[in-house]
Amino acid sequence: MDFLEWATSPWGQRVPIHIAWFLIWVAAIAGLLFLMVHASYVRYFAKAKEFANSESPLIAARIPEHVPRHSLTARLFHWIMAASMFTLLFTAFLPKVGLQFDWVTYHWIAGSVLTVSILFHIIHASFFMDFWSIWPDRVDIRDARRRILRFFGKPAPPPERFAKYPLENKLYHGAIIAAGLSSILTGVFMMFRVRTVFFPRNPYLFRDMTWGMMYVLHGLAGVGLITLILMHVYFGLRPEKRPITKSMIFGWMSRDFYLEEHDPARWPVGASSSPSRLPGAKTERLTDAG
Amino acid sequence: MAVIRDVMPAFDLLQPSSIVDAQKLLEQHGADAWVMAGGLDSFDWLKDRIKKPKVVVDLSGIEELKGIHATSEGIEIGAMTTLTEIVNHPFIKQHYSLLAQSAELVASPQIRNQGTIGGNVSQDARCWYYRAGWPCYRAGGNICYADTPEGRNREHAILHADRCVAVNPSDTAPALIALDAKFVMRTAKGERVWDAEDYFIGPEIDITRLHILQPGDLLTSVRIPSSWANAQFYFEKVRDRNVWDFALLNVASAMVVSHGSIDRIRIAVNGAAARPLRLKTVEDAVRGKPLNAVTAEMAGKLAVQGAVPLQFNAYKVPLMRNLVKRAIGGVVEATWTS
Repeated sequence: MDFLEWATSPWGQRVPIHIAWFLIWVAAIAGLLFLMVHASYVRYFAKAKEFANSESPLIAARIPEHVPRHSLTARLFHWIMAASMFTLLFTAFLPKVGLQFDWVTYHWIAGSVLTVSILFHIIHASFFMDFWSIWPDRVDIRDARRRILRFFGKPAPPPERFAKYPLENKLYHGAIIAAGLSSILTGVFMMFRVRTVFFPRNPYLFRDMTWGMMYVLHGLAGVGLITLILMHVYFGLRPEKRPITKSMIFGWMSRDFYLEEHDPARWPVGASSSPSRLPGAKTERLTDAG
Repeated sequence: MAVIRDVMPAFDLLQPSSIVDAQKLLEQHGADAWVMAGGLDSFDWLKDRIKKPKVVVDLSGIEELKGIHATSEGIEIGAMTTLTEIVNHPFIKQHYSLLAQSAELVASPQIRNQGTIGGNVSQDARCWYYRAGWPCYRAGGNICYADTPEGRNREHAILHADRCVAVNPSDTAPALIALDAKFVMRTAKGERVWDAEDYFIGPEIDITRLHILQPGDLLTSVRIPSSWANAQFYFEKVRDRNVWDFALLNVASAMVVSHGSIDRIRIAVNGAAARPLRLKTVEDAVRGKPLNAVTAEMAGKLAVQGAVPLQFNAYKVPLMRNLVKRAIGGVVEATWTS
């Protein structure tokens, strides 16, 4: 069993041409297995969440009823990215599993939309949002260790409540960055091999081996995204995560959920009661990392 | 390593004697099976050692797949009927001379004696990069060697190219599309009947195949309805060597004219794209129009709209324009004798 498909180039060089397509099924099954195992664990074994401390009533009273979480811009980005990502996955892999249709044009158009939206997101997140809120910090690492120790029954103090994003969110974001950027960068170059409105075709831009590795990386990132997106959709639909999912639709989460899961010291919010009544851009910047 | 030519790789040769047996074998071996009709395309692949199937299913012993029969709705031609039989069949010559013309222009007499109608419509692309075994898109790779500034693409597509620019080489395919033929297939789900034009697919749907046959499927016959019998036909094939060659382009039309106007028409070209193209836009544009030079000129121009020539095949644009023009305007003058 070979994970890559190989061919002999006209110059006699053995080059990879793409991943073996059975990896599509491996990725899909891995994603489904993960969610079955996780769902079973949560249903039958998981203990209730326990955090280090709760907020004083005085601080809690200052928290608005609707805690702003995602600006309209960030939400639009998320859903545009989601639509383009689903289009990319369906157009890439459905033909490989037997559903034949004219997919290439839809694929590169969706890829272009994704590329532009990601470029926008990088600029938006770097200069107009709290850039570091999505990256793991020292408290996350410390609390991860505590949670692991407690999971195995070892003595450890309870973890702090989360900042804007739990560590799992941050790690997932990192995985999406790795897979997404790999597929985008290779995809942009691969557009030189098809007819698009952007560049003249030039299939000889790279050597056969470089092209081959590019196709392999694109494929690996693509099948990786199958698993990642399955996990994302699964968590988005889980009952205990629905407040987070709803916040990606409406822009806010409830005060109760905020106080239950998030630490106002690590994720301070303004005093307004809904995103539409935010005092201004400053509050949005404080509270929004996409 | 030296390339060994003309020595076929080892395979199991299976020779069923009925459609049922053939279908069982094809279903049993799936993608490992190679379906062989007349063998003319197959032996190229096998002797060049480019395709190395585990099993070759030779259909030549299946009598059910041979012969031409009149039916209440027209005629039915078995997929294993040879092109020579079609060329010489009196009923076809009399009523469907378009098909006889196209079949007679296939290759050489020896090849027509061996080649079958099913094989002719199901043969693979002749792009030499692909036939040489290079890892191009059509071979499952990730490049088209023909669609490059240096690629030798004189014979390749001017329309509907999608990564691969190879063209369909069949001569009988456009004639069958013009005659509104139906292709009868046996699949795992039972018998399926497809319009001739839908039997062929382009690279945008599946870049590795020219037709819809999947592993396990079998083309059993071609049905031609009587609705186009005795229409005014035109077939023209342009090739580099008139004695024996694949078409650079060919055109087939069936037309019913009444009182000097085009009442009904079907027209198709091949060699312009990865599948034979039925020119529906042209048909719609000329239907009801007077059969004259103006209409023909307009049809020719319409036919090549959207054409994107490659480095060395721009000549195909005026060629196709003129073939379509002649298929309509020259139909009265164009007579054909066997």
